[in-house]
Amino acid sequence: MTPDLIGGLESPDYASHDRAAHEPYTLVFTGEVKRELDELLTRYPTKMAALLPALWILQRERGWVSEEGMVEVAELLELTPAYVKGVVTFYTMYHQHPVGKYFIQVCTTSPCGICGAEDVVKAFLRHTNTGELGLTSPDGRFTVIEVECLGACGFATPVMVNEEFIESVTPEKVPDLLARLA
Amino acid sequence: MGYPHEPHQRETTVLSRYFGDAEARSLDGWKKRGGYKALEKALGMAPADIVNIVKESGLRGRGGAGFPTGMKWSFMKPGDGKPHYLCCNADESEPGTFKDRELMRWTPHALVEGCAIGAYAIGAETAYVYIRGEFTEPLYWMEQAVKEAYAAGIIGKNAMGSGKRIDVHVHKGAGAYICGEETALMNSLEGRRGNPRIKPPFPAVSGVFGMPTTINNVETLIAAAPILMKGADWYKKMSLSNPKSTGTKLYSVCGNVYRPGTYEVVMGFPFKEFLYDLCGGPLHGRKFKAVIPGGASVPIQTMEEAEATLMDYEGFVAHGSMLGSGGVIVIDDGQSMVSVIARIARFFAHESCAQCTQCREGTAWTTKIMERIRDGQGTMEDLDTLLDIADQMTGKTICVLSDSCAVPVVSGIQKFRSEFEGLIQGRRFHPVVAAVA
Repeated sequence: MTPDLIGGLESPDYASHDRAAHEPYTLVFTGEVKRELDELLTRYPTKMAALLPALWILQRERGWVSEEGMVEVAELLELTPAYVKGVVTFYTMYHQHPVGKYFIQVCTTSPCGICGAEDVVKAFLRHTNTGELGLTSPDGRFTVIEVECLGACGFATPVMVNEEFIESVTPEKVPDLLARLA
Repeated sequence: MGYPHEPHQRETTVLSRYFGDAEARSLDGWKKRGGYKALEKALGMAPADIVNIVKESGLRGRGGAGFPTGMKWSFMKPGDGKPHYLCCNADESEPGTFKDRELMRWTPHALVEGCAIGAYAIGAETAYVYIRGEFTEPLYWMEQAVKEAYAAGIIGKNAMGSGKRIDVHVHKGAGAYICGEETALMNSLEGRRGNPRIKPPFPAVSGVFGMPTTINNVETLIAAAPILMKGADWYKKMSLSNPKSTGTKLYSVCGNVYRPGTYEVVMGFPFKEFLYDLCGGPLHGRKFKAVIPGGASVPIQTMEEAEATLMDYEGFVAHGSMLGSGGVIVIDDGQSMVSVIARIARFFAHESCAQCTQCREGTAWTTKIMERIRDGQGTMEDLDTLLDIADQMTGKTICVLSDSCAVPVVSGIQKFRSEFEGLIQGRRFHPVVAAVA
């Protein structure tokens, strides 16, 4: 087995999230991205069903789901912005505010917990200089959160960095892992 | 096979045979390994005959509830003039469970094939595979497989030249354990909050988009292909215990165990040998203390119970637990049961959709009290309060998330009461020191 078979996938190159939060909103669903949404709409009998996929596209393009983004999605899918917000707030994976360039999720649910996940979290907090769960490091690069069961319990402790899924992380591996992201 | 370890000679690898074999992921590789022959065969059969073979095989749902698959399929009435839908539940989020993840990332075409067979059997033209958002790697491979299958005409307007339309779409979830509950999954798929629906109506009457729907687990759908190829009798014979539990089952093993991973054994395999032989037993110098055999929401087993268990639907029930999803969490003598259960309660409190009062409040209260006891601040009265809350949380809500939170608490207090009492009486939990020779 070669390591690349076990490892994750390429991370998308996120825009600088902090900047994105302060710039005037420009529409996301234009050109190629609009065509992507149009193709998605053919898969479902209702427009509403494309809501989760549309929000994923929005987050991919902007790094997070802003109020303005919710309004744009609502108009495209003939929903109200309030409805869209209700859905966004239900799911944990949509960021409702900008996050670090590298969004790090460490699984600490029971199976990983009994294999030492707490120490992995502590190592991430220390080495990323974020200090506290959910906060972004001063340089805007890292946000670390605990996540409920990533579904890879036999590979404790699994960690997600943006779209990349990394198995069997130990506190000792954290510095190297972070250096690779730099 | 015992992925990520070498296959163990006592495993029976029907579904997990190609774990770790990267070539099996591509369409060519999958075809070389006999892929899509079952779909070709299925498309030449009458849908009712497929349902009968699956019924005859004794295949039961592998997601947790264990409902007979063939019977579920037979609820879909042909010729009712409505569009039918197949949903594949790939929202695997039960703590301890990661078998579907391995199935999708190593054999994505097996699931495309299973979905196509299932869709055809229930008279559906569309199958949705709802994969949890955190599964980036399974999502990637499933999307590739679907793309390849469309390009080769295996699915689409004219699936394998049969004149039948079968669409398979991958749908990405967005982080919510509750969306693994079938009616919550359907709401989520429709673009709603993932709140479970009141049943009835059952999905076969009014499911996704208000239409007749069948929802099956990943492992269940993948098992349909070998059953069609080799016959119901072959599948039925794979049982060491009783005729109500047939075939092979994937178990994902995690926690304090020497070889964690995904194992496939026939129904009725002795759990003791499974834990000590296949999984390699405890870590060096440690002893097993407890096992949660079917994901975090089934009752905790003592080792005495676990070692007497034959691994099938009835066997786990006979020894104080349930087969559930096959997510085996092994806990050794270095762990405090109170801490483990408190963390499970926190999980359910986080994942409650908050529709039902008993669940919304009950999971939060349970977590607070459990953490208080863990931190040495509990009272003896707390144990009674926990049991009382658990009683209020059981059988009173729209879905079983509430019950799932109560189950480990009740079984924990029943079976490991001395650990609770010790912490309450001011004795800190001292893990047994590993006896290193």
